[in-house]
Amino acid sequence: MAVENQCCCTQTNEAELYPELEKIIAEHQGKPEDLIMVLHKAQNLFGYLPRKVQEMVAEGLGVSLNEVYGVITFYAFFSTVPKGRHSVKVCLGTACYVRGGQRVIEKIKKELSLKVGGTTEDRRYSLDVVRCIGACGLSPAILVNDDVYGRVKITKLAEILERYE
Amino acid sequence: MINLTINGQNIQVEEGATILEAALKADIHIPTLCYLPEVQAIGACRVCLVEIEGNRNLQAACVFPASEGLVVHTNSERVRLARKFSVEMLLSNHPMECLTCARNLNCELQKIAEEMGIREVRFTGEKSEGYIDDFSPSIRRDQSKCILCRRCVTVCQEIQSVSAIFAQGRGFETKVEPAFDASLNDMACTFCGQCSLVCPVGAITEKEDIDEVWAALADPTKIVIAQDAPAVRAALGEEFGYPPGTLVTGKMLAAVRRLGFDRVFDTNFTADLTIIEEGNELLKRVKEGGVLPLITSCSPGWIKFIEHFYPTLLTHLSTCKSPHQMLGALVKTYYAEKAGINPKDMVVVSVMPCTAKKFECNRPEMNDSGYKDVDYVLTTRELAKMIRQAGIDFRNLEDDIYDDPLGEYTGAATIFGATGGVMEAALRTAYEVATGKTLENVDFTAVRGLEGIKEASVPIEGIGEVKVAVAHGLGNARKLMEKIKDGSADYHFIEIMACPGGCVSGGGQPIPVNNEIRRLRAEALYQEDRSLKYRKSHENPSIKRIYEEFLGTPLGEQSHHLLHTKYTARSRF
Repeated sequence: MAVENQCCCTQTNEAELYPELEKIIAEHQGKPEDLIMVLHKAQNLFGYLPRKVQEMVAEGLGVSLNEVYGVITFYAFFSTVPKGRHSVKVCLGTACYVRGGQRVIEKIKKELSLKVGGTTEDRRYSLDVVRCIGACGLSPAILVNDDVYGRVKITKLAEILERYE
Repeated sequence: MINLTINGQNIQVEEGATILEAALKADIHIPTLCYLPEVQAIGACRVCLVEIEGNRNLQAACVFPASEGLVVHTNSERVRLARKFSVEMLLSNHPMECLTCARNLNCELQKIAEEMGIREVRFTGEKSEGYIDDFSPSIRRDQSKCILCRRCVTVCQEIQSVSAIFAQGRGFETKVEPAFDASLNDMACTFCGQCSLVCPVGAITEKEDIDEVWAALADPTKIVIAQDAPAVRAALGEEFGYPPGTLVTGKMLAAVRRLGFDRVFDTNFTADLTIIEEGNELLKRVKEGGVLPLITSCSPGWIKFIEHFYPTLLTHLSTCKSPHQMLGALVKTYYAEKAGINPKDMVVVSVMPCTAKKFECNRPEMNDSGYKDVDYVLTTRELAKMIRQAGIDFRNLEDDIYDDPLGEYTGAATIFGATGGVMEAALRTAYEVATGKTLENVDFTAVRGLEGIKEASVPIEGIGEVKVAVAHGLGNARKLMEKIKDGSADYHFIEIMACPGGCVSGGGQPIPVNNEIRRLRAEALYQEDRSLKYRKSHENPSIKRIYEEFLGTPLGEQSHHLLHTKYTARSRF
């Protein structure tokens, strides 16, 4: 899922992506069982899953829009809002959780005024929770794009985030 | 066969049976909540837990298969405590509003809590976010009461093939609702109300119009007129302790009159009228090469389904309004003139087995009398509530009869309430009208019963073999629509009812409903059919009279204006 962390410039070229989406859907036409796979591909393409994409997937695979949305909201991986230029992921695996991961989240939420799963208005950051990134020894850990930060101190968070324009 | 032991009792069951089914066979009661026979067994609620020797964990009886030599305990200390724990967990996130809930005294959660003797809920804490969606005219959802059993999701998806609601989100945040936090009113919901029939609690109910109807009845300037659909008389009795399948036509009419209605007409009258209009429409299409197959239009849930999901097939629909809308239009024109009442002072209330009819009576095209043709629709359940509110002793009422001239009906009309009934009624009349001969055996049993799609072929002189099909439940309707789309449907006429079983198990009927109850209610209607003097719609003397006095000819100008309608293509989303 390499595309996920890259800039997807949704506002400028989203319309151009629809023919590509149509191609993906055509490969899975009338196959409700392929829903998760198609949503994966669609999210890679768009960076998120806007309503129109959901409707096209529903129509193409023969699934209700309500079911498509149910699957999207069940899996934390899927997003219905555009992702920011930089992805901030806070680990809430067991080790990070007991070492204050929740406090890290609260601080970022306050600092950037956004909620988990959301994106800042300037599309600079988006915030997600992940379960264990294999850095338990460094707990609490966060991931900004592909960079891991361990033993994160709440007082240092602003400084870390500033590095990502 | 498999041999197993439950509570020390040896039981033999067929291969593939679950422990719950095995227990039922031996009259051992295991409480269930999310389980719904014929529809859903998912082991989600953990209320049917049982102890199986050799199994470390307790198992859900509704999904655990019976196997040879199994030793099961359904009433051990461990089982009772575990079940109680499950129910307490549900209650810890449930608003304790039983006294003001629409399902008070008919709630499965309430009943189970009582059976288990729960006197306190030991767990307190955060509760799920709740809200009320009452934007549609038909269905009211109270999210705070939802226990996430998913019965409504399964019925909507697997039986009705609509999927207007789905489990959204996960964990504590899970809600059963449409996508995008939308109201059902804004989604492709047919308002069939099957969800409200299977909801074990008060999370999905009809949107009540009881207060509005009481207000009309209390207004001395209004003439308030009731009409009752055929399926109501076959089920209303259940609300007053009668066994399913008890026909209560006379008591129902008496009760409605005691509520204060000024006139009591019968939707069966316009069911007969529908047969005349629709029958002529069919003959016209066959003769003139119109769009075939012709499909019935009595079921407003079905109408909304085809508008959303098959808008290109709308020309197949009969243009006939549903019978209660026909009656509303006639009351405010024909009857108003006859009785010398200003139609603006009339209030027409339809008592229906249906939640979709609440939506239907608010459609903008249903104003052909110059006024809103039907002002309010009450479900069978709402009528029962009003009867109780009025302190009427239903069981001891003397039988009453409907008022003239919009009350007389035939057996053909009353069977409209069961799947296949409209088709059977149409065949009785089509045969005699087309051939001029008397039909010896009026019972077309091939179109009766609960098989999902029924087909028949009837030779009618002068036309040839008339091929018909009957579908009930929207999943079955969808199958027929796909056949029409791919060109493999060579029928002349199709009857479709949105609800499985037809109107007898419509979304507004008494709860619970299952196939046995569907069968018994339908049998009550066939019994009424057999008991009536006239059993063919065209023999109804009041029908003959209304054509002479008012309507002129079937499909004529007056009929076209008052009895027929048009449809709206809608989006799937």
